[in-house]
Amino acid sequence: MNSFKRKKFQSSFRSSLWWMYAPAVLLVCIFILYPFGKGIFISFTNWNGFSQTFDYIGLDQYKRMLADSDTWLVVKNTLIYGIGSTLFQNIVGLLYALLLNQSIKMKAFTRTVVYLPVIISPLIMGYIWYFFFAYQGGALNDVLLLLGLDKINSLGNPDMNIWIIVFVNTYQFVGIAMIIYLAGLQSIPRDFYEAAQIDGSTPWQQFKNITLPLLMPSITINMVINIIGGLKLFDIVIALTGGGPGNASQSMSTFMYDLYFSRQDAGYAATQGVLMAIIILILSITALVFFKRKEVEA
Amino acid sequence: MVYESIRKKRLLTGLATAISIVHLIPFYILITTSLKAKGDFSSKWIFPSNWSWSNFQEAWIMADLGNALWNTTIITFVSALLLIFIGSMAAYPLARRKTKLNRFIFMLFIAIMVIPPLTALVPLYQLVVDIGMMNTHEIAILNNVAAYISLTVFLYSGFIRSTIPKELEEAARIDGAGTLAIFFRVVFPLLKPVTASILIISCVFIWNDYQFAIFFLQAEEVQTLTVALSGFFGQNSNNLNLVAAAAIVAMLPMVLLFLFLQKYFIKGLSSGSIKG
Repeated sequence: MNSFKRKKFQSSFRSSLWWMYAPAVLLVCIFILYPFGKGIFISFTNWNGFSQTFDYIGLDQYKRMLADSDTWLVVKNTLIYGIGSTLFQNIVGLLYALLLNQSIKMKAFTRTVVYLPVIISPLIMGYIWYFFFAYQGGALNDVLLLLGLDKINSLGNPDMNIWIIVFVNTYQFVGIAMIIYLAGLQSIPRDFYEAAQIDGSTPWQQFKNITLPLLMPSITINMVINIIGGLKLFDIVIALTGGGPGNASQSMSTFMYDLYFSRQDAGYAATQGVLMAIIILILSITALVFFKRKEVEA
Repeated sequence: MVYESIRKKRLLTGLATAISIVHLIPFYILITTSLKAKGDFSSKWIFPSNWSWSNFQEAWIMADLGNALWNTTIITFVSALLLIFIGSMAAYPLARRKTKLNRFIFMLFIAIMVIPPLTALVPLYQLVVDIGMMNTHEIAILNNVAAYISLTVFLYSGFIRSTIPKELEEAARIDGAGTLAIFFRVVFPLLKPVTASILIISCVFIWNDYQFAIFFLQAEEVQTLTVALSGFFGQNSNNLNLVAAAAIVAMLPMVLLFLFLQKYFIKGLSSGSIKG
């Protein structure tokens, strides 16, 4: 480096005020980047999680993962949790926002009620819904018995419990989608609708041609945060089914937890962690790019 | 025309009422469950005739909720304070000094937001064991701060860039103020709105955290509310009345805070709106 370049570098380094963000960078390096990098390394070993020694076994864990039918079951569940809750939260959230944007009496109360679960721990929310869906003495079965029907073991039934988890996740977080859509609706100028009414357009036409295009930025935010939240689902699964029966309702997060803590299969858990990071990365970036592009068109 | 709009309004109000009722069902079930005595197997839909407050007392003692409440409070508030202090300070140069290094660091924080914390779980657990910080408040705090620092930096730097006029800082510099003085005396006080949002978001996330707590706070004396509750549920899954009472105690502080500060909660959580 010649002296001119060095000076330029030194002054740019000094003016970066690096010491102001040093603590934040240090924390992130120690508690996120280093473990994340080491996790990738561990995914190439057969480490059991506590022994001092472990062997580098190349791609064996990855081969095992691809051949493991549980992997595909868990990935499928995780996609249902992620994509399913994203769809429901956005559709229901948008409908609620459209309704509660009108000047009606119950507006403020309903908003509060819909929003309340957002601040409650997802684990507790899971337990609360457990009281509803439980086989013995659950509120749902009381209704079925009253109607002369048989009790159902909805949480123990692999075809149903996945969708119950999607439902509970939607119930819990639909408030966030609603609030973001409400904020978006309120930023649309009123005159647009007035002009459209003078032109004699129907409410549906107004929704399709004014509301939806101008709401696109809110849709992008909601899609991305909901998909990331849904793919990371952990607490609600633990509270409602514990991932069972078997691995039937396991999400990638709960599966990893199980592999590491219950089955002492740390190397394999790390491999599943890498897969989870890849899936979240691909889906969240796809959603971001897809909806961002729509925004420009609008 | 007028009658029609009145009828429409009534219909919409009815719809909003119906939505409220449906959304309140789980809370109703929770309350009836928590108030029923042990032997009472009546339907959860029926309100108990004799309220059995003893469930709350028993759950409080059995699950050691007082201790858990204390641990959760300490961890939440120290984490949130550190997030605000470290995060705002980090955001300032990243928003103001566009050197190559700073651009790289900013991109790094953005990239980290996409990494799911659990994917680093296995080595993180090992690291915590190695440095001997298992079952300490400190490790929970450090983990929480690391987990939400990127979001904090992102929100702060966006706010600084879009709303704080550079001229203020230049004026202070001409008056002879150093960088730290400018930041803490001039810039930081102007960050109040975004600080409030970050305070609310991080408090909600950290208060409700279960993922980190279940890994790193397993010893009884450091347990947070969620961990205490999950253990309690494991031992009492046949006695849901007790679990319901414990759940109410665990969520009450946040619910009360929410009902008092609703407006700020809704604004705060939607302006940052990224779920944990």
